[in-house]
Amino acid sequence: MSSARAERLVNLVLCLLSTRQYLTAERIRRIVPGYADAPSDEAYFRMFERDKAELRDLGVPLETGVAGLEVAEGYRIARRDYELPDIDLEPDEAAAVALAARLWDSPQLAGAAQGALHKLRAAGVDVDAVPVPAVEPRVRAAEPALTPLISAVQAGRVVGFSHRRHPAAEPAARTLEPWGVVSWRGRWYVAGHDRDRGATRCFRVSRIVGPVRTIGPAGAVRRPEEVDLLEIVSGSAEPPAVSHTARLWLADGHAHGLRRQARVLGRLALDGVGGDLVAVELPATDVAARWIAGHGPDAVVIEPESLAAAVRSRLLAATGEAG
Amino acid sequence: MPGVADRLPRLLALVPYLLGRPGVPIDEAAADFDVTPRQLRRDLELLWMCGLPGYGPGDLIDLSFEGETVTVTFDAGMRRPLRPSAAEATALVVALRALAETPGVVDAGAVRRALAKIESAAGHATGQQAVVVGLATREEAALTSVRDALDRRRALWTRYYTASRDAVSERTVDPMRLLLVEGHSYLEAWCRSAEAVRLFRLDRIDHVTVLDEPAVPPSHARPTDVSAGLFRAEPDQQVAVLTLAPDARWVAEYYPVEDVEGAEGGAATVRMRYADTQWMVRLVLGLGGDASVLEPAELADAVSERARAAVRRSRHLPPTTAG
Repeated sequence: MSSARAERLVNLVLCLLSTRQYLTAERIRRIVPGYADAPSDEAYFRMFERDKAELRDLGVPLETGVAGLEVAEGYRIARRDYELPDIDLEPDEAAAVALAARLWDSPQLAGAAQGALHKLRAAGVDVDAVPVPAVEPRVRAAEPALTPLISAVQAGRVVGFSHRRHPAAEPAARTLEPWGVVSWRGRWYVAGHDRDRGATRCFRVSRIVGPVRTIGPAGAVRRPEEVDLLEIVSGSAEPPAVSHTARLWLADGHAHGLRRQARVLGRLALDGVGGDLVAVELPATDVAARWIAGHGPDAVVIEPESLAAAVRSRLLAATGEAG
Repeated sequence: MPGVADRLPRLLALVPYLLGRPGVPIDEAAADFDVTPRQLRRDLELLWMCGLPGYGPGDLIDLSFEGETVTVTFDAGMRRPLRPSAAEATALVVALRALAETPGVVDAGAVRRALAKIESAAGHATGQQAVVVGLATREEAALTSVRDALDRRRALWTRYYTASRDAVSERTVDPMRLLLVEGHSYLEAWCRSAEAVRLFRLDRIDHVTVLDEPAVPPSHARPTDVSAGLFRAEPDQQVAVLTLAPDARWVAEYYPVEDVEGAEGGAATVRMRYADTQWMVRLVLGLGGDASVLEPAELADAVSERARAAVRRSRHLPPTTAG
């Protein structure tokens, strides 16, 4: 990208900020340096269209209107919409802003937050006067689907994507009216109205496979007033934990992770090895079985039998011997 | 070469920035915009060529350089920075909201005041939030003491469970800061027994006592870089090649793995780094037949050996205790 283009765009902004009359494209071509180089009308209009798009992408408020006796549409920038108004942050507020700008661990969001910070500095705010506190939160946002989803929510557009319900599942096509994206316990979700199921649903963003497509016009999605996105996600991301009490034998000096949650009932020697008989509250059988089986001979299930069987079958499979 | 989309916002912010800081050192300005002094000089040279229609000596942006400092003497009407774009405002506002709703990170009052000022200055209709970040982690029992030690700069005695080694140890640490990363709270501290900076997950601190002695992390204790996540590849780690059945594919999502290969919905082959063989054995053993070790052979042997020992031991359960 050439310096010439950057220079032309700065001149274009300065020119359109300084005018109160709308300036037609023809006029702009004559006065703003750089456009005179365009070899043909067509080349100029292509160049000018690209420049307008660039400025709009950056959030420069280009106004269009017809000036006086002109026939063609003209352009200007309204200063009141362009300029960041005076903003005065107290030192503790500036410290909060500096910390907020460091929250993101993703190039895109971190870059956007830094961009905002540059503008605040340009507005005279001293963002770095106060050292950041001893608490530092970081939020990762590396999922490629995140940015298109945020854009779709902001534009109020319906989206379509493929999503795996769990990592081993086949991806299934979904059509969603997205209400928002939510970061919860370090993971990103998109929540909204699932058109195919006619119900409120949320989806893990990292399990979206392939591109996110927008469907239909902007402004088509209306989020109901009363929804609490965080509640939707926290409710479905963490189903109530079912726990069972199990009795285990734990070898002395081993299985400390299990011991942390266990209550010692007594001593028991097993296979000539000293250990404790303990009671422990455990989650669903397969999760508990995985945890216990991992400890091999250091943790043995006494009851319930269903858990003992689940552990035994994992261990038998792990011996690498058939049957 | 970075595109005009990176450079133009900075060019537009530079003149207002310099207006508010006459005689600012070029190095300082470069740091405030996260660019090299060389790049900043190039930007200033470009701005010097820009100005108002007419483009005579009195119409161009004028800068005066003195030593290593710079001052704007004519701003060509660019007195205020452009308002933050929707993306920039979103990145900052969402981060501030997350901080405001997480007790104890920073003073929530200051965050809310900053938020109100930023939202009104940015001038975007932020009404309904497209992005929600829930930073809050579980209220860990250790949090109060850890925070107290940080506030008063005191050393801590802890009893800590190290999940990777499945071991409990007692240590005295010099607290440095509190991190909220991916839904978990960590204490970053200088560990006096390891003589290194360590991260302690708060929910794995079983006992904690704030000591009377001051926290004195050595001057060479550096904060951990968590920007690439908490797991870092180290040269002394070993690499295992595992085959994961569909039911165990979550492993590839949960732990950092390299080179995931596998058919849709079928088994996946992954390369996974690990520091501790015991930990890896526990993981594979717990997965039962859903994971198998292709490499290294010693790991495969260790897994099947532990599995056989576990099956043997469970046969020694006295019949009276069997449920």
